[in-house]
Amino acid sequence: MKRAPNRGWPSTIVGIVLLALMLFPVYWMVNASLQPAGNLLRGDWFPFHPDFSGYRTALRDQGGNLVTSLVVALGSVVLSLSLAAPAAYALARFPLRGSNLVLLGILITQMVPSIVVANALYSAYNDLGLLNSYLGLILADSTAGVPFAIIVMRSFMRSIPREIIEAARVDGAGRLRVLTAVVLPMSANALITAALFTFLFAWSDFLFALTLTTTQTVRPVTVGIYQYIGASTDHWNAVMATAVLASAPAAVLLVLAQRHVAAGAAGGSVK
Amino acid sequence: MRSRSRPAPDPSPWLFIAPAATYLLLFFGYPVVKNLVMSFQQYTIRTFYTGAAPFVGLRNYSTILSSDLFSKALLNTVLFTAASICGQFVIGLALALFFQRSFPLGRVLRSLLLLPWLLPLVASGTTWRWMLDTDSGVVNDVLRHLHLLPSGVPWLTGTSQALVSVTLINIWVGIPFNTTILYGGLQNIPTQLYEAAKLDGAGPVATFRHVTWPLLRPVVSVVLVLGAVYTVKVLDIILLVTGGGPANATETIATQSYELSFQQFEFGRGAAMSNVLVVLSLVFAVGYLRANRRATSV
Repeated sequence: MKRAPNRGWPSTIVGIVLLALMLFPVYWMVNASLQPAGNLLRGDWFPFHPDFSGYRTALRDQGGNLVTSLVVALGSVVLSLSLAAPAAYALARFPLRGSNLVLLGILITQMVPSIVVANALYSAYNDLGLLNSYLGLILADSTAGVPFAIIVMRSFMRSIPREIIEAARVDGAGRLRVLTAVVLPMSANALITAALFTFLFAWSDFLFALTLTTTQTVRPVTVGIYQYIGASTDHWNAVMATAVLASAPAAVLLVLAQRHVAAGAAGGSVK
Repeated sequence: MRSRSRPAPDPSPWLFIAPAATYLLLFFGYPVVKNLVMSFQQYTIRTFYTGAAPFVGLRNYSTILSSDLFSKALLNTVLFTAASICGQFVIGLALALFFQRSFPLGRVLRSLLLLPWLLPLVASGTTWRWMLDTDSGVVNDVLRHLHLLPSGVPWLTGTSQALVSVTLINIWVGIPFNTTILYGGLQNIPTQLYEAAKLDGAGPVATFRHVTWPLLRPVVSVVLVLGAVYTVKVLDIILLVTGGGPANATETIATQSYELSFQQFEFGRGAAMSNVLVVLSLVFAVGYLRANRRATSV
């Protein structure tokens, strides 16, 4: 067995090359966003003279849409977690007849294409006046977050030692109090993971934003970019700057909350 | 400690589940049923003004199934799904095996690999569209500089290239997910088994065939079925990058369903088309359950 002190560095180099290939489009997006307007037909390989005019244009044109996306995504996090946390707790800890049926239902939701949901919601929203509304988008975008959050939190809550919950029960705490005072604080990690992914699901949503909004009043940035491409072919730097701004939350969360992202990605397989 | 008066009677356990269950019924159950009903109705933009959606039996289904586009869209869906799954899985497994060795920075590199999967599809789709542009895209630029292809490939505008291009983009999006799940599966294989294989003189290929692959099988089937169920309904990427074109070269069942409902406002036909999508998903899921049962009964 080789045990040289520099063992593994060749693998590191191969790994960096592979990662560079995989992340090249991300680099290219950033690079293109820093080019001056109009000059993009032959963009440089490196932004030697970074030009931030693309970002100025992007913020002017799409700033409001970014705020809309933020509101919708945060709303979806609040809604998804407050629906999912009690359900996950009950499914994890109560011996309920029929809980397997609920779990099966959650698995089946994963097979329902979003276009089916959008198709039916469009007419329902039209009747209820929920088209072009924050509430409508938050409700629709949470279709990705709620099932995911239930699954991730349930599997975590199952691992909480029984004795801790029983001790709280002996002390006279009701089920609701056990949830809020014992289970939720102990499940902080699972809550963060679920919140993070619920945020990203809603933030990245394109189909519901495209189908359930018809005017400019409530316009998430994903649809903003889509229409930007069609409208301003001479402002590619601004389009790409908007794409960078829309990608920023994912990149920031990946760096700051690496552990939670890995846990969430693995939790996806349990689905 | 029990000086407090008796606590209020406990809420029924079902009260904890009821809000989430209600939400899921309203936002999955209702759409599925509503969609089924709509697919038997003449449900168009006029319905929103007149409220009239007469039942037309199977006419929506016969219209979409007999259209020239349907067989093309179905074939494209199957090709797109099969090629995406194969590509994602093979590259994902190769990367998972690679990251299984321990080397400096391995963990950091592995988690940065997740970025393509986490980015909004709108952002990455727009970037790919720009990169694959025939005249000014960086991909053709590189090919030209390497003197591989002087004229440039019409990645997104050629009728025979566009489907390949969107499939490649979808593979790129799916690799991180496959790598992560397969890596997790590999970590669960006991190291003693590898040591035993080594003692028996097994080379890397034999070890993979007789130790890694058999033990990874359950994870493999999960990844493949999830991949199929998710890929068959992919809509965003195609909509963003080619919009179904050129000349319908990248139309799938999902894009057809979107176009019928939200561009032609033929909601009844769009519903019928999206039900074809549901049937395709069900076929995969049933296949999975049967394969699973066979695997566990052995």
